[in-house]
Amino acid sequence: MIESIFKFFTTEPYWTLTRSILYLVGICIFVAANAAYLVWVERKGAGRFQRRPGPTESGPWGLLQPPADGIKLLAKQLMAPPGSDKILFWAAPLMVIAPPLVCLAAIPFGNNVLARDLNIGLLMVFSFGSINVMALMLGGWASRNKYAIISAARVVSQNVAYEIPMLLVVITIIMVTGTMNLQEIIVQQAGGFWNWNILRGIWDFSGGGWGHIGGNLLAPVTFLIFYICMLAETNRAPFDMAEAESELVAGAFTEYGGMGFGVFFMAEYANIVVGCALATILFLGGWQSGLGSGFGTLLTSWGVIGTVIGVGFFFAKMYFLIFSVVWIRWTFPRTQFYGLLNLSWKILIPISLFTLLLTSVLLKLPRLF
Amino acid sequence: MNSFPFSDWIVAAIFVSFIAITVTGALIAALTKRIIRSVCGLAICSLGLAGLFYFLNSPFLALMEILIYIGAVCVTVIFGVMLTEPDEPKPEQHTRPYPVISPLIAIAIAGGVFLGIAWLSLSANWQAPASIVSEGSVKDIGIRLLTTYSVPFELISLVLLVAILGALVIARSGRTKE
Repeated sequence: MIESIFKFFTTEPYWTLTRSILYLVGICIFVAANAAYLVWVERKGAGRFQRRPGPTESGPWGLLQPPADGIKLLAKQLMAPPGSDKILFWAAPLMVIAPPLVCLAAIPFGNNVLARDLNIGLLMVFSFGSINVMALMLGGWASRNKYAIISAARVVSQNVAYEIPMLLVVITIIMVTGTMNLQEIIVQQAGGFWNWNILRGIWDFSGGGWGHIGGNLLAPVTFLIFYICMLAETNRAPFDMAEAESELVAGAFTEYGGMGFGVFFMAEYANIVVGCALATILFLGGWQSGLGSGFGTLLTSWGVIGTVIGVGFFFAKMYFLIFSVVWIRWTFPRTQFYGLLNLSWKILIPISLFTLLLTSVLLKLPRLF
Repeated sequence: MNSFPFSDWIVAAIFVSFIAITVTGALIAALTKRIIRSVCGLAICSLGLAGLFYFLNSPFLALMEILIYIGAVCVTVIFGVMLTEPDEPKPEQHTRPYPVISPLIAIAIAGGVFLGIAWLSLSANWQAPASIVSEGSVKDIGIRLLTTYSVPFELISLVLLVAILGALVIARSGRTKE
């Protein structure tokens, strides 16, 4: 009986539906659990960086703290401040959590662990990522709170400023790889770690022999620019002007309580995951092991076990980047707002425009001779 | 694909729901009195349009619709609204009644345009392409932009350049030393 039901749902045409539902549920669970435990990592990390133990009371090493926080947030009463725009006020948390969920559908976590193989997956991540700004701004505006409105205005000017260098840098990657399919970008970076885009840009060994000069000599700088823009786009320290705790209470979500606040937090961590996953895919070889074309490729193409190993490599790289985001937050002080905008408009945009020019010249140069 | 049960019905339901989203968004944008809600209506409308594009097998256009109309146009409009009027005033109380004739003219023009377009789309001899015109579409759009339509493409960039220069001139005019 159970076996026949199982067989019914795992054969075509129903398998497509089952697969989609499984991914949907999986992504939702992943986002929730990830946010809960990244908060734990953040608090524990903050504690360690400041030479104190961090959460210790609930569970071993405070590991039961996130579920406790979740229950607390769920039990709180939801209230909208008087004079606020109620519909927009409650629409904002939904709009802020939906885009990263959609983005995660296009991200290949492993060999064939991918909800939807889109030809233009990269574009999809960026187009849905751009909704985030609007949601935060609506939340800030609908709250009818001075701090929230100041924060909303900051969010927009910051995100608009940093979207430009980020997209310019990504265009250099598209020019080198020649595709916007995220899975294909990863497949191109097979072999040793010197084939990852971050190093392949300098010297390309993929043709065999001694190789030739790569498409983008400034690839490590490109990665750095991408990483900085990712920090700014997700409103993380040292660019957390949007929710500067010491000056703006909690920024755009000052007026939110209970799970409304919780959803904003979840979305923030989901956005960090999307950003770091994208950095991993574009620059660090995604689920490729980077251990050379013999042993390394064998490791990740070994049936189901290979897929699991590949996913392991992906998560190792991604969570290292996420840890570095936490690390930076508790190490660097917040920048000034003018410094933030100057960094983007006067340093990052000129450099990324230069890398764009350099890449196009380097890609066309060999064809001239 | 077609072996899936009720696939025709599911396809129809998806199509109708995208149209419903588009129309709802447009109605919100046109009918609400708060300008920020009408921007949200515009965003919903664009989302529905993007869904329709995706439904019609052009994901590139769908994503561009979201990236440009929601990510750029709506954000810019809301930003403008926020900079001008943080505390929206109550809608004015009209002491004298609206003139009867102006809404009638508006309805007549809108109805005329709608009927004209509907008549055109029903009467025109549309020919379905024999095969799918382009598979990847991104590549084709790129090639078209730089070959067939290169002059309009360059002209658009010229317009943008002029707009940027104008913005610079306006923004800097207050800073020059007298």
